[in-house]
Amino acid sequence: MTEYFLQAFIYLAAAVVAVPIAKKLGLGSVLGYLIAGVIIGPVTHIVGQETATIQHFAEFGVVMMLFLVGLELAPSMLWQMRNRLFGLGGLQVAISTGLVTGIALLFEQPWSVALAIGLIFSLSSTAIVLQTFNEKGLSNTEGGRNAFSVLLMQDIAVIPMLAFIPMLALPDLVAAAEGLQSSAEHHEQLNLVAHLPTWAYAIAILASIGGVIVLGHFLSRPLFHYVASSGLREIFVATALLLVVGIAALMSLVGLSPALGTFLAGVVLANSEFRHELESNIEPFKGLLLGLFFITVGAGINFEILANQAPVIGLLTLAIIVVKASVLWGLAVMFRIKNSNRWLFSLSLAQAGEFGFVLLSFSVQQHVIPTDVASILQLVVALSMFLTPVLFILFEHVIMPRYQADTSNQSYDDIGHSASVIIAGIGRFGQIVNRLLVANGVKTVVLDHEASQVENLRKIEIQSYFGDATRPDLLHTAGIENAKLLIVAIDNREQAIELITYVKHTYPKVKVLARAFDKGHNYELLQAGADYTVNETYFSALELGAEAMTELGFHPFEVEQKKYAFCQTEAAASNQLYQQWLGGSEGQKFDPNYRKLFMQMEENIKQAMQRDRMDKHDGAERGWTPPPKNYEKGFD
Amino acid sequence: MSASQARKKILLLFAHPSQKRSEVNLPMFELAKSLDFVTCVDLYSEYPRHHININREQQRLVDHDIVIFQFPFYWYSTPSLLKEWQDLVLEYNFAYGPDGAALHGKTFICALSAGGAEQAYRADGYNHFTVRELLQPLEQTARLTGMCYLPPFAIFSSRSTQCQRQQHLANWRKLLEALSFELINHDKVAELTTINDALPALPNLASMAV
Repeated sequence: MTEYFLQAFIYLAAAVVAVPIAKKLGLGSVLGYLIAGVIIGPVTHIVGQETATIQHFAEFGVVMMLFLVGLELAPSMLWQMRNRLFGLGGLQVAISTGLVTGIALLFEQPWSVALAIGLIFSLSSTAIVLQTFNEKGLSNTEGGRNAFSVLLMQDIAVIPMLAFIPMLALPDLVAAAEGLQSSAEHHEQLNLVAHLPTWAYAIAILASIGGVIVLGHFLSRPLFHYVASSGLREIFVATALLLVVGIAALMSLVGLSPALGTFLAGVVLANSEFRHELESNIEPFKGLLLGLFFITVGAGINFEILANQAPVIGLLTLAIIVVKASVLWGLAVMFRIKNSNRWLFSLSLAQAGEFGFVLLSFSVQQHVIPTDVASILQLVVALSMFLTPVLFILFEHVIMPRYQADTSNQSYDDIGHSASVIIAGIGRFGQIVNRLLVANGVKTVVLDHEASQVENLRKIEIQSYFGDATRPDLLHTAGIENAKLLIVAIDNREQAIELITYVKHTYPKVKVLARAFDKGHNYELLQAGADYTVNETYFSALELGAEAMTELGFHPFEVEQKKYAFCQTEAAASNQLYQQWLGGSEGQKFDPNYRKLFMQMEENIKQAMQRDRMDKHDGAERGWTPPPKNYEKGFD
Repeated sequence: MSASQARKKILLLFAHPSQKRSEVNLPMFELAKSLDFVTCVDLYSEYPRHHININREQQRLVDHDIVIFQFPFYWYSTPSLLKEWQDLVLEYNFAYGPDGAALHGKTFICALSAGGAEQAYRADGYNHFTVRELLQPLEQTARLTGMCYLPPFAIFSSRSTQCQRQQHLANWRKLLEALSFELINHDKVAELTTINDALPALPNLASMAV
């Protein structure tokens, strides 16, 4: 037990120290984990032996990552992106695979090994690239969007690769491995279908996949509803983990890739209203396990090989980057990606990616690539990732400045894309706000903590998600970083205040519009940092009051003017009242001074209603006042 | 005295209720915004509910030397908000009446776009009157408030001709420059139907802007 604690402590400590430093230096978290691994592994030899064991465990992080990728891929969205996805992304994977395979053949590798290498190096690093785009605000550029579709295609391509690579197994390697391990491996023991005839095996596989799809589609919602209604957050987390672990286990039992299974489950659940909640629950586990995975990769780097073969490894790394960048450049020309975006697109995806590590260790396990070749290639993958920040720096400081002059004139470019609005709380108030926005083509993300409400909205085709908006991670998955507006209309007064305080503190650029229950709440929301507040009853009450006046015989146009004068007088006093409230003592915000000020305002309103500009000459009533009687006598 | 101090300050009151559809007015307004001697007011943006802040508007008039109404010609007149503006802002004892001298000596001009062809705005055309004649209420308003009235700056067939738009924008810039430098001889242009006819004779002012 003590040993496990010590190891866990070392791994976690390495991550805690190295990752923040790497992020500060602009290297991104993936590189941070890799460096942490290098330091505790080959550099200081604190860890070593257990790396391989831990790696098996850490690969579960990849399984979770694929689940999350699946969650992002609603079938309708895939359909919308099909041209870029299959055209741009598909061609990238195919051409890069072909070229790298060719190079590997030049190094006199057997064709099966060469092809596996080609497949592995066609992939880029989703983790590094997306994170760098986010950090540098490049996600919404044309280059960034196209890079995203290519990355998505690559992530999807991993699935068939995982299925295809075992077929490339070299008979020599398989024989050697069987000779070494004559005793049954633990994998085999747990494989339920190993001893079944082929036809039954096929049925078992189809039944498993079908089961994931059918159960995911029909059973997940009642299950989540049941769990959500309990109101226990940890049980929801447990359910999310249960789902992923369960599917991974099922797939392993029938001898399929767990990653494939969870990816499928992700796609099935992508349209669920629980999507964001699931995402934010799985995300931290995925992050940690993936981090662990990268640490083990770093720890497993063989410095002996690196030192002995430095020129070959360096040359291979450069070759990979040049080949991939050239392929991407060619595709960018073909798909009319222009100017600086072409550079961004080509340079950002030129590295090999984390799936490279996964596929490499998978290929070794499946006896496709010999261990000695794999350990060299692993270094190439790692080095190319280490070089990515350098490419981004090259882009930012050398290439961008050349294009900046051209782009300054393009100010009116798709505003709609970044203008996303998050609406927290979709009760009687939030709904109307949402309807107005959606009717005008504004994209909104709606969050509400009441599953039945979300359910109702989905029935009338309003995009909404179950989740507690006051949770930072959920806001994060809803895209608060890129949102322009947050509209707070949740029913819990205190939570509304907390939410605004948090958002204004963490994302000061996001404008917050909030609904208040009454005057006190209104002031509290303002104090928390809301940019605009409205008292939920104010305007509707004003309308009803005006209707009452009309009903009593006031002229409708006059009523309209009085209503406006009322609002104006109130608005004019509002800041003074707010300041008075701020100055009030805790527990008695509406103190005698406030009350005095308030009564003064009421008096002002009363006067504003009775004034006539020409009689009193004080300018309070303005508008449609005729000149005084007999004024024309002044003219000749 | 520096060149910028010598310039007259222009107040451009722009009224367009359908800016999404605007093809010539919006570019004109954008161009004017780039000139530092023009104060540009988008009335429909400031007063979407037609509640005009009379004090602010009157102060703006006092602070400027030249007042321009820019609008698409709607039913032979201004869009409704600009009419509301006139009704409310040009108050008794501000713009007229025994103490109403706030606008005396300022220059007033309309810049408008008309959908119909120029030929239609003639005695023998289907609109029967020239734009200048149709603007007579504004001309008389200017006279009553003591402002010097200039013939309108107009573009005709504004929704059908592409080619004259660039020329019109160039003229618009020329007009704004000429107004602020006081290069327009009021007596010479007084009888013109539109001020457009007087623009070619003006010197090119791009050099003076430096």
